[in-house]
Amino acid sequence: MGGLLKSSVAKKFAMALSGLFLVLFLAQHFTINLTSVISPDTFNEISHFMGTNFVVQAILQPILIFGVVFHFIMGFVLEIQNRNARAKSYVSYNGSANSSWMSRNMIYSGAVVLAFLGLHFYDFWVPELAHKYIESHPEDATRYYGELVSKFVSPVRTGLYVVSFVFLMLHLLHGFSSSFQSMGVNNKYSEGIRKFTVGYAIIIPLGFIFIAAFHYFNNL
Amino acid sequence: MKLTLKIWRQENATAKGKMVDYNIDGIDGDMSFLEMLDVLNEGLVNKGEQPVEFDHDCREGICGSCSLQINGEPHGPDKFITTCQLHMRTFKDGDTIVIEPFRAKAFPVIKDLIVDRTAFDRIQQAYGYISVNTSGNTIDANTIPIEKENADDSFNAATCIGCGACVAACKNASAMLFTSAKVSQFALLPQGEVEADRRVLAMVEQMDKEGFGNCSNTGACELECPKGISLENIARMNREYLKASVK
Repeated sequence: MGGLLKSSVAKKFAMALSGLFLVLFLAQHFTINLTSVISPDTFNEISHFMGTNFVVQAILQPILIFGVVFHFIMGFVLEIQNRNARAKSYVSYNGSANSSWMSRNMIYSGAVVLAFLGLHFYDFWVPELAHKYIESHPEDATRYYGELVSKFVSPVRTGLYVVSFVFLMLHLLHGFSSSFQSMGVNNKYSEGIRKFTVGYAIIIPLGFIFIAAFHYFNNL
Repeated sequence: MKLTLKIWRQENATAKGKMVDYNIDGIDGDMSFLEMLDVLNEGLVNKGEQPVEFDHDCREGICGSCSLQINGEPHGPDKFITTCQLHMRTFKDGDTIVIEPFRAKAFPVIKDLIVDRTAFDRIQQAYGYISVNTSGNTIDANTIPIEKENADDSFNAATCIGCGACVAACKNASAMLFTSAKVSQFALLPQGEVEADRRVLAMVEQMDKEGFGNCSNTGACELECPKGISLENIARMNREYLKASVK
């Protein structure tokens, strides 16, 4: 088992596994957010459940935080190793001749998504923690929709969210399908998996963009 | 054909090295890239200058010796060929061609365009073989039935000539395609299956020790490989490695 923690293959496997976990989380996050467009009451209900349920708060949330932190730390570790593996750069390097921009720039698309996470936590998670554990508010199961909508009044913030989702799309376009290869899956189903991952990588971020834009225009 | 060549010149392994411009004339489209360099070197020698050192041997695309990064791609712009099979008709009169050695920390430059690829030998030596007693009791391999698909995949993996284009093309200088081809060619056959676990662990360990980068699955190696070694081999090696690690 020792080899699983130190080799290049193992690191990529762990990276893929944490990535797939985050992809699953994205689908769940998107589904809940979508209800804010369809029914504010449903959105409030689900948000209240997620914010107060013991299993979600005490078990799933720490796992999610670990997954996010692990994914970006491992991303930077791999990037440093990869840069060290080519001590001297080429004068002429035609990367576009043999690989996609997305696959060569995962660290940059990932860094933008990470910066976005900082903004997103500042917008939602920090106020939520303050609301629950610092300020002493009476429990209010109807506050979530209003808090969400208030974040999309600013065109600058909405724009930042949209740009971040575009980078998330670029990250997923390579990362999702690549994770299967890292886990050793490359067979007759791979083409189907690739099509599914490309569809997912486009639809989910576009969906997030739609939700942000919907609330912005709804506020006008 | 008149060309401008920008070539990496480096006196020895410890020297700094730099790009040097050369103008060359009278190049025929039917010349191979290496023949063009021969013409350049003849001119340099006649002028009393040091010729440009580059690796070459068979000049038939099978030995894996030639190893040039040409205009940002290993073995140049054409696909599924080695540098020796690249012909000057690929270029136009007046073109500028940038020629560099394969770059990787694990492939240090020896002189000019020659790099030390013995890291590949050490990966191969780590377990790129099967342990067979050949002292008079050898069993003919053809007596063991093998699924055609496995035999074909194994053969395809075995066509790797170890030129290092995969490392040169990879943005991370990863040697996963080379190592996985060597792992696969044995893992797919009954003779190699016996030691498959030990083999994959040893070869990956050696690959990491040599300082190659990690695989980002960009697919550049597969596209630049003169033998078209498939990414399926990397997935197979990942599977074999993970399986062997948890045993």
